[in-house]
Amino acid sequence: MTNVLIAGVGGQGALFAGRVLGRAAIQAGCDVKISEVHGMSQRGGSVETVVRFDREKVHSPLIDKGGADFILALELLEAYRSIGYLKNGGWLIASTQRIDPMPVITGVASYPADIVEKLTKTGARVKALDALSLAIESGGAKMANVVLIGVLAGALAGDLAIAKEDWLTALRQAVPEKLLAMNLKAFELGHNWRENLGEIQTI
Amino acid sequence: MSPKTLMLGNEAVARGAYEAGAAVASAYPGTPSTEITENLAKYGEIFTEWAPNEKVALEVSLGASIGGARAICAMKHVGLNVAADPLFTASYTGVGGGLVICVADDQGMHSSQNEQDSRQYARASKILMLEPSDSAECKQFVKRAFALSEQFDTPALLRLCTRVSHSRGLVEMEEREKPAPKEYVKNPGKYVMMPAMARARRVAVEERTRALREFAETTELNVVEYYDRSIGIISAGIAYEYVKEALGEKASYLKLGVIYPLPARKIKEFFESVRVCYVMEELDPFIEEHCRALGLAVIGKDQFSAIGEYTAAQIRETVLGQPPDQTPAASEPLPARPPVMCAGCPHRGVFYALKQFPGLTVMGDIGCYTLAALPPLQMMDACVCMGASIGMAHGMEKAAESSGQLSGRERAAKTVAVLGDSTFIHSGITGLIDVVYNKGTSTVIILDNSITGMTGHQENPATGYTIKGEPTRQVDLQKLCEAAGVDRVTTVDPFDLDTLRKTIKEELAAAEPSVIIAKRPCALLKKVKREGPYRIDADKCLRCGSCLRIGCPAITKANALTTATAGALPAIDLTQCAGCGYCARVCKAGAIAGAMAPAVTRTGGGDPA
Repeated sequence: MTNVLIAGVGGQGALFAGRVLGRAAIQAGCDVKISEVHGMSQRGGSVETVVRFDREKVHSPLIDKGGADFILALELLEAYRSIGYLKNGGWLIASTQRIDPMPVITGVASYPADIVEKLTKTGARVKALDALSLAIESGGAKMANVVLIGVLAGALAGDLAIAKEDWLTALRQAVPEKLLAMNLKAFELGHNWRENLGEIQTI
Repeated sequence: MSPKTLMLGNEAVARGAYEAGAAVASAYPGTPSTEITENLAKYGEIFTEWAPNEKVALEVSLGASIGGARAICAMKHVGLNVAADPLFTASYTGVGGGLVICVADDQGMHSSQNEQDSRQYARASKILMLEPSDSAECKQFVKRAFALSEQFDTPALLRLCTRVSHSRGLVEMEEREKPAPKEYVKNPGKYVMMPAMARARRVAVEERTRALREFAETTELNVVEYYDRSIGIISAGIAYEYVKEALGEKASYLKLGVIYPLPARKIKEFFESVRVCYVMEELDPFIEEHCRALGLAVIGKDQFSAIGEYTAAQIRETVLGQPPDQTPAASEPLPARPPVMCAGCPHRGVFYALKQFPGLTVMGDIGCYTLAALPPLQMMDACVCMGASIGMAHGMEKAAESSGQLSGRERAAKTVAVLGDSTFIHSGITGLIDVVYNKGTSTVIILDNSITGMTGHQENPATGYTIKGEPTRQVDLQKLCEAAGVDRVTTVDPFDLDTLRKTIKEELAAAEPSVIIAKRPCALLKKVKREGPYRIDADKCLRCGSCLRIGCPAITKANALTTATAGALPAIDLTQCAGCGYCARVCKAGAIAGAMAPAVTRTGGGDPA
């Protein structure tokens, strides 16, 4: 069973990333469950999408604390918030993008400094990348989610691996024709980033 | 057989209705039920509509059923309150073609004002209720529900919840059935529910419930799975998936697909075959109370909460005594990230203008604009249910009249009701008629953003388009209010701060009912033209903090590591800014301007000031 939590801010495309991952896992012959949250939570609040896939039947669409093999975080504070979901030995891959929540904007709270270092100090295995710049390089800031999906595609190894062709099929199914080229580029940039992953491939 | 497809529970419900040959669907959007109807609309064979509210939706579906078609409607839990009136009597009339009523509960209140348990409605209205636990069952159970509805001459409720409706799972597609067309047959004894006829139908309802109870004893929708018999679990719906995840083959299961009526013999037999027996159900002890009435000492709400959602970890801990794993944690309290009005949201203009009226009471309503209750706008005093704002404002005025401390007019001069266009059509219009009829002087602000927003952009009678995107006759809100007897109706652009402020002032002062229509489309609509992101000129900026107080998620302090607002240089985030320009209108120094590159993108925690 592989459990992936995608954390971010409403509007960043965590749901979309979850669907692409889910479709890729189906292509690879797995049973899949995805939990999404729609409605009020999508309006700029914290959002979490869970994707679970396995060769066996998947029951719950949710995971518990300590249940995620991978966390993909589209935003740093949300990466920090989600850390309790990481499995011992799992990997947190975080985009360094920062979006201030309203309590920070209004001045009643401050945005934590040095989040990546603090995350590393918890003992968790953490990799941070500037997915936003890679997304802009591909043609639009909205595609940071696809960049992270590319990173995950590069990171899933061994029994967990999903063939690259399955990912590309999933993207072609999920993305409208006119946006496909950009999304494929974002995926490639993320996928190529695997060189930076180092020992992550030993999972 | 076609390959399996990854579907939302709601999508699978729609697919099931399609395969069952449903011909008519009517609904009002409500999270987490909305995508059922959106997906039904994709099937050309199904007439699908957005109704003004859930009561109308159920009435349309019932009419279609009596007319001989298989019909379906969908709503969220609180929507069933609105539709409860036809529901209870549809139980008496029974159906012509199969009638399925989908109701989606929201354990955990992800997007709702309460956490009510819709299973109570099945018992109260004596209507068959099925409950699927994943997407595959959603499709299968809808098809069964249509067949059972016709077999037992009853509407069938399909109970869903957020985690079933909004989870994706694999679903196998099948062909659409072609149920034999049914002619409408006049039958006043069955369909005209006045006392004499209803008394006869009342007896038929009891007979039907007896027959359904017998059905529940034997149907394969109620499944027993024996593994280890030292622990027995009676469960249903999403709770079954959590408990199966938690306990696997360490327990035996009775999974109930039929929630009303519940079987008796089957439950007793299962109870007696295991050593200890738990009932696992979120929200009310619905199954548990049934078990207790049968004299069975099950374990339930004494160990599990009636509030919110269950987790596999919590079940493992309570049933097996297995503590959860230690996991890494943040070393400091983290700022919360509550939902906010989007960048570019037209509602922001209205609440920012209302904030200029000290001591104002704002009776709010259900929609994106409820977010104005949160900082920094904090301009909402109450929010209860769809359309309640107007009646509540009227009640405030009448309360003042009777208390004598403040005249009713004085109270009304300090009170506004605020609600969206779709909410106004849903059930605000009746409140407005009440104000006029009963000589109130309320000021009502209709936030007309040309769409039903919070549920994710659905057309409504005021938008001029049907669910299938066809142009249709549009309700003219101005004329509708005038026809209700309101003489003072003004339409204003919510981003025109000066005019809006002046209009609010005048209408609050007017000793008669008035309506202000604040008209500007939702910023997320594709048709809304987006200018490039705005930028703040640091040289012109006075650091007054005005732009930080409009509650736009795209504007923050350039160095947000400090909590001080005064003296902070604001910055606009390129990835967030919708280019609406409202901040530029609020800025007194003229320091904010549009489409001037390059704007800022922000990474990391702790960028320089």
